[in-house]
Amino acid sequence: MYVGKNVPRVDARDKVLGRTKYTDDLCDKSAYIARVLHSTIAHGRVVSVDTSEAEKIPGVVKIFTCFDVKEKHYFPTAGHPWSTDPDHQDVADRLVLTEEVRFYGDDIGAVVAEDEIAAAKALRAIRVEYEEYPFVLDVQEAMRDGAPRIHKNYPHNILKHTGTRRGNYEEAIKEPGLTKVEGWYDTPTVQHCHIENFICYAEMEGGRITVTASTQIPHIIRRIVGQALGIEWGRVRVVKPYIGGGFGNKQDALYEPLCAWLCMQLGGHLVKLDVPREDTFVSNRVRHAIRSHIISWVRPDGTYAARKLEAFSDQGAYASHGHSIAAKGAGAFSQLYPCDNIEVDAYTVFTNKPVAGAMRGYGIPQAMWAVEAHTEDVAARMGMDPVEFRRRNLMPVGYVDAFSRNELYDDTFNQCLDKAMEAIDYKRKYKEYQNQTGDIRRGIGVAVFWYNTAVWPISLETSSCRMVLNQDGSLQVQLGETEIGQGADTAYTQMTADVLGVPLENVHVVSCQDTDVTPFGTGAYASRQTYTAGFSIRQTALLLKERILKYAGGLTRMPVYNLDIVEGVIVRTTDGRRLMTLGELSTEALYSLKDSRHLTAESTSQIKSNAYSFGCTIAEVEVDIPMCKVKLLDIVNAHDAGTLINPALAEAQVHGGMSMGIGYGMSERLIFDEKTGRPLNNNLLDYKLSTFMDHPRLKAVFVENAEPTSAFGTKALGEPPACSVAPAIRNAVYQATGVAVNEAPVNPHNLFRRFQEEGLL
Amino acid sequence: MYDIKALYEAESVEHAVALLVEHPEAQIIAGGSDILVKMREGKCAGKELVSIYGLDEMRGVSFEADGAIRIGSLTSFSHITGDPIIQEHIRVLGEAVDMVGGPQIRNIGTIGGNTCNGVTSADSASTLFAWDAVVEITGPEGVRRIPIQDFYIRAGVVDLKPGELQTAILIPKKAYEGYQGHYMKYAMRNAMDIATTGCSVNVKLSEDKKVMEDVRIAYGVAGPVPMRASGTEAAVKGRTVSGENVKTFAGAVLEDIRPRDSFRASKEFRQHIAVVLAERALRESIRLAGGEVDE
Repeated sequence: MYVGKNVPRVDARDKVLGRTKYTDDLCDKSAYIARVLHSTIAHGRVVSVDTSEAEKIPGVVKIFTCFDVKEKHYFPTAGHPWSTDPDHQDVADRLVLTEEVRFYGDDIGAVVAEDEIAAAKALRAIRVEYEEYPFVLDVQEAMRDGAPRIHKNYPHNILKHTGTRRGNYEEAIKEPGLTKVEGWYDTPTVQHCHIENFICYAEMEGGRITVTASTQIPHIIRRIVGQALGIEWGRVRVVKPYIGGGFGNKQDALYEPLCAWLCMQLGGHLVKLDVPREDTFVSNRVRHAIRSHIISWVRPDGTYAARKLEAFSDQGAYASHGHSIAAKGAGAFSQLYPCDNIEVDAYTVFTNKPVAGAMRGYGIPQAMWAVEAHTEDVAARMGMDPVEFRRRNLMPVGYVDAFSRNELYDDTFNQCLDKAMEAIDYKRKYKEYQNQTGDIRRGIGVAVFWYNTAVWPISLETSSCRMVLNQDGSLQVQLGETEIGQGADTAYTQMTADVLGVPLENVHVVSCQDTDVTPFGTGAYASRQTYTAGFSIRQTALLLKERILKYAGGLTRMPVYNLDIVEGVIVRTTDGRRLMTLGELSTEALYSLKDSRHLTAESTSQIKSNAYSFGCTIAEVEVDIPMCKVKLLDIVNAHDAGTLINPALAEAQVHGGMSMGIGYGMSERLIFDEKTGRPLNNNLLDYKLSTFMDHPRLKAVFVENAEPTSAFGTKALGEPPACSVAPAIRNAVYQATGVAVNEAPVNPHNLFRRFQEEGLL
Repeated sequence: MYDIKALYEAESVEHAVALLVEHPEAQIIAGGSDILVKMREGKCAGKELVSIYGLDEMRGVSFEADGAIRIGSLTSFSHITGDPIIQEHIRVLGEAVDMVGGPQIRNIGTIGGNTCNGVTSADSASTLFAWDAVVEITGPEGVRRIPIQDFYIRAGVVDLKPGELQTAILIPKKAYEGYQGHYMKYAMRNAMDIATTGCSVNVKLSEDKKVMEDVRIAYGVAGPVPMRASGTEAAVKGRTVSGENVKTFAGAVLEDIRPRDSFRASKEFRQHIAVVLAERALRESIRLAGGEVDE
């Protein structure tokens, strides 16, 4: 059995040797180079574009402006499965190039040149005349009467509002003896900062267009490119090679539509669009900044009588993934600490800022920042131990969500808390760090998180798999679920080998998705690849196995029910005799003059379930008060992701998520000039992504309660590790200093302000 | 791909001077860790470059006849950190340049480039200011030497005339003998970062370690160019080693420095940090010099 073992990544060797081919490696050198002309105002209209000087630059092929987009095919960009119900379709508010400018960095033109230098020169030589409108950067300002209107059909700039009511909040708060705890919590705009910037190239052949892109979602991109170009979707082919990370940014149509459009304008010539890092921060996608207002009414025994959340999610200039993010966070609020009387209002609001889309955690890191900071505040106010307070109020075993039918089968939260506390020696440290004085103080903090795998029943969940047997008994496996660095291909290899009964090295997962040949699947998001693909892998492998054994029965004259495949050998189960190898069988099957067969299987699983994936973080810090600095001393994440397919890869996944959480909690934020809306730190020097030197040794521990709905007992682990890190750090700083920092990140700027306000400086 | 009009490779210092005279618009490139970044941003796009990177005569640390430490302008940061002369006599400079960027940048970046850039945040600059460094410049008229304070004219502009290049940085013997110092870089993360404020302090104690015979302090990012805080130095020079005098020293800093608001940090924050750094760097310098601060 391979599931549960630390087999090496199937792609490790090539990646370490530098042999793995990424999009840029595959693009032919004859490609024209495209660069996007971005607006230098935050809100307004392009009046004219003077390209005359730029056109004179040698090597410039053609310059396109927003006025060249004659056929206006508005398209949605979110990497969601398409809905055949118009009411559930994503908002189609983008054009490949736009005259209406809605944020500083909007796409108003494109240069196509023979090389990068000519393209860069031409961009600098273009002069744009604008009509400027007032702009708004703050999410609540944008909702006010008289705020600049960013999209004409959305009054008060509200893309969507959802309200949830449970019980009766107004009546419940009248209960005598309640303590009211109220807080405002802010998370910043951050960016994914995957190593490989977004890149794609497009070329035409035979009236069809092929787009090769660094994307998480090739089949979705095919649909969106078709929509954006106004052509049949079957005329679009999307190829996804290995990618250098995505984290959700590439769960969106970025510049695939524009690149395809430019290619078509140029008669199908190969065009490459490679986004510079600076543009990646501004003109791709960012994480929604969410401001949360929470009021809790707490009984003297530390239980909740009533709770209220208002969340304001900053969508930026276009709808992209829209309200899905705030809605997911709102759901987490209602479920994590269930309470009979709840009011939740979530607003997703347009501002003149970069477009927010999917990013690892999809609203949960924001929600957990607010909820777990608030939980700490409530425990402190009630004079209760923060862990005991959580244990008392967390979702109980047996809880079933009425909408998703998700069920908490095991005592996951307590098990994870226990394991994490033990790993970091929490109890001793918590006691030792109470009531410190002096300039340098230590603290330890806890935060839990809620997450659920996949998107059912909000959206379609489907996975298709194809297995093709080779002469030697090895096989190719194809899936629409994509390898984006998380190790999916390795997990699929382990799963296939186990179900089919073949050695690991005989399973060749085809890593590259090509929508012309890869079975349909919607791609990498929602931490669903292993869970979702598991269903179609098991189903398809069983189907193939049945065909193989049937053929074996014919060859060996044995009844099929007495045969099995064990490590690539057809075995008679009654006495364990090895009858023939799978290679011998397959060769015979292909070349048989009596009964030639190509043994393959292909099947689709529609998945109508979904699974909770919970856990926690504990962080230990040292705060240097005069220096306004936090040093992270130790940190542990505990997860119940069900059965681990590959524990070593699971650990690596948790480390990556923790690293992202450390940046989110301590240093990262994209900032904008209040006077112009211009992003100020859209580069890796001024955007403070954390480095190795900012990390202690990262610890990951697991509780493995097999998920009963899952084909392999597994469930989400891609996004969960990033969800509770930031609030755990915040809560550790709170224990150390008594100062609550409610605006992430807990960086020196925010600490300086808070320490001054609290009289520590 | 970089937008370089032409690249001329110098074979000697004289040849470099000749090339610079011949191509007055050309920019000097050493390690390239600044110029290539600027070029990519479009700021120096399309320029001619004179490369001096192959000039080994400008590389390395040695003693002059008068005991001054000579650091060739092409000496890389990682070389300086590991150099035995630096480690023995001005260890703090090795520590300061070890805080530049990351390992790759420290292998390619040079101390000459760091100073010729003229930026206030250069990690080498505040320590060089605090140790009375002298800059050696070679040009068509020959060699001249000027104090580093005079080398910096304003933000991004240094005293290099047409045809000139910086060939060495010198630390005079009287500037290092008997001194111990400490550099503190305040940045938002522990690597790959630019200084929010940098502070370099050094001290020369009396034989009995009770008196601060000399104290020098310099800052980066406390003004448009690196600067000495002379008033601060005067406030404690010749005074006894004591907690009170350390406080006096740190408190005096705000009279000398002129930080500004930027998106990177507020003026108020930089001022606060400058004071904390001054105190901590002086305490550490005293400790390194064998003194003890009584509270």
